[in-house]
Amino acid sequence: MNSLCPARTEPPWVRRLLVGGALAAVGLLLVLPLALVFAEALKDGLPAYFAALSEPDALAALKLTALVVCVVVPVNTVAGVAAGWALGKFDFRGKSLLVSLIDLPFAVSPVVAGMLLVLLFGRTGFLRGAVEALGLTVLFAPPAIVLATLFITFPFVARELIPTMQSLGTEEEEAAHVLGAGFFQILRRVALPNALWGLLYGVLLCSARAAGEFGAVSVVSGHIRGRTNTLPLEVEILYNEYRFSAAFAVASLLTGLALVTIVLKALVEARERRGRRVA
Amino acid sequence: MRARRRAARLPGFPLSLGVTLTALSLVVLVPLLALALSSLKLDAVTLRRTATDPRALAAVRLSLTTAFAGAAGASLVGGLLAWVLVRYRFPLRRLVDALIDLPFALPTAIAGIALTTLWGPSGWLGRPLAAVGVHVAFTPLGIALALVFLGLPFAVRTLQPVLESLDPEVEDAAASLGAGRRDVVLRVLLPELVPAWLTGFTLAFARGLGEYGSVVFISGNLPMKTEVAPLLVMTKLEQYDYAGATALAALLLVLSFVLLLAASRLQARSAEAGA
Repeated sequence: MNSLCPARTEPPWVRRLLVGGALAAVGLLLVLPLALVFAEALKDGLPAYFAALSEPDALAALKLTALVVCVVVPVNTVAGVAAGWALGKFDFRGKSLLVSLIDLPFAVSPVVAGMLLVLLFGRTGFLRGAVEALGLTVLFAPPAIVLATLFITFPFVARELIPTMQSLGTEEEEAAHVLGAGFFQILRRVALPNALWGLLYGVLLCSARAAGEFGAVSVVSGHIRGRTNTLPLEVEILYNEYRFSAAFAVASLLTGLALVTIVLKALVEARERRGRRVA
Repeated sequence: MRARRRAARLPGFPLSLGVTLTALSLVVLVPLLALALSSLKLDAVTLRRTATDPRALAAVRLSLTTAFAGAAGASLVGGLLAWVLVRYRFPLRRLVDALIDLPFALPTAIAGIALTTLWGPSGWLGRPLAAVGVHVAFTPLGIALALVFLGLPFAVRTLQPVLESLDPEVEDAAASLGAGRRDVVLRVLLPELVPAWLTGFTLAFARGLGEYGSVVFISGNLPMKTEVAPLLVMTKLEQYDYAGATALAALLLVLSFVLLLAASRLQARSAEAGA
């Protein structure tokens, strides 16, 4: 892309300096913390690593986190697909307002997000009466953890799908419709397969963030070990007990999930670039 | 760009919009309404108490300054990274590009403990720095550092597409008219990049203001000194001071709304300029 025209690029020494600086910054800021997670996790050897992962409290946290992900991701995926279809394929009044509302959770501090649930279900909460009448426990129990995570991860699938669906246009869907396909058939056979990679990345990002949510969950979880602790909360407790290698061992699971997520994103983007070049 | 066609003939609009609105209301809007209602219930006494509480003021000030510093750092490093990734070809470029998203995908608590261990007094980087008298962990500097980490993807990912879309012929034209490389960068490229750069800065600033997980480990959490506003909200909740927590949370929320509104204005303007 760069021509050899001297005015369009920098002299080689400047280029080398800038690339060197960029690599150093990435090394210091991103690679070292990442390497440290695995180095600390494996510091006491593989047996200790697996022992830390198979502690009852860690397993209970893993189970609760899996439960949260299994509830949150399907709900937010359905909402995200609906938003992708309504906002990606149609124009209507108030659309940009709706997009901003979907993005709202990004603007909310995780701690404040958790606090919202305390205001709803806490001692003086607005919905406390209704919940008590039904005999449910929400706050400081798994339901509140699920609700807080739903709130925080609400935008992820929608934000991936809206632009993807928009950029794909509506011609294929219209053709399918003319040929007699119903809504769900169009969605399943045309729209979603076309947007598959965007959807996949959105779902994986939503899963990674749901599994790793800390601030909001920290406010509404009861912090009862083995019962209302998710993986990140277990990491916090282990770390505060100075059991560093156990903390990093549990952390390495979530770090692995984050790595899978960014690799998938790189793959999605490489595909999109190839697609653009062909078109 | 191709003009979008109105697709009124496609089915499923009422259903998909209905599902979107229902989920949005239940998951996002009802909880936010609770905060709005609680804020309305606040009396003047609580508001005055919060507004004059030195601990709350110190926490808000610390959050504002560290989020600003973190966003500025992320914008500087992010500017360098975006430039290098778009303009040059070098080994490991794809890997570096993929790694930029790490802070976005990595759970914040894990970023927090990793950065604290790395920059702490006995860490890989903290120990040599401590030997020369620089302390990062448990100081405002550590908080800002964690927020540079957190803000990096926002800075890079807003600049990258704008840099990619710049027409190289403009640079050629400037050069053929006698501009040196420095003039081309400062007077031709930079003005085009400023809106996107500011957008990235504002997004990182808004994110940093409310951040908890990656900050709470490295900050030390001393009231008046290294206690950020979200942590104080947490403390007030644990002490059942719901009114004080609500006042502080509402302030944080309004600040981030204003910042994000500014960011979306900036983004719209840079999109217009690019068209």
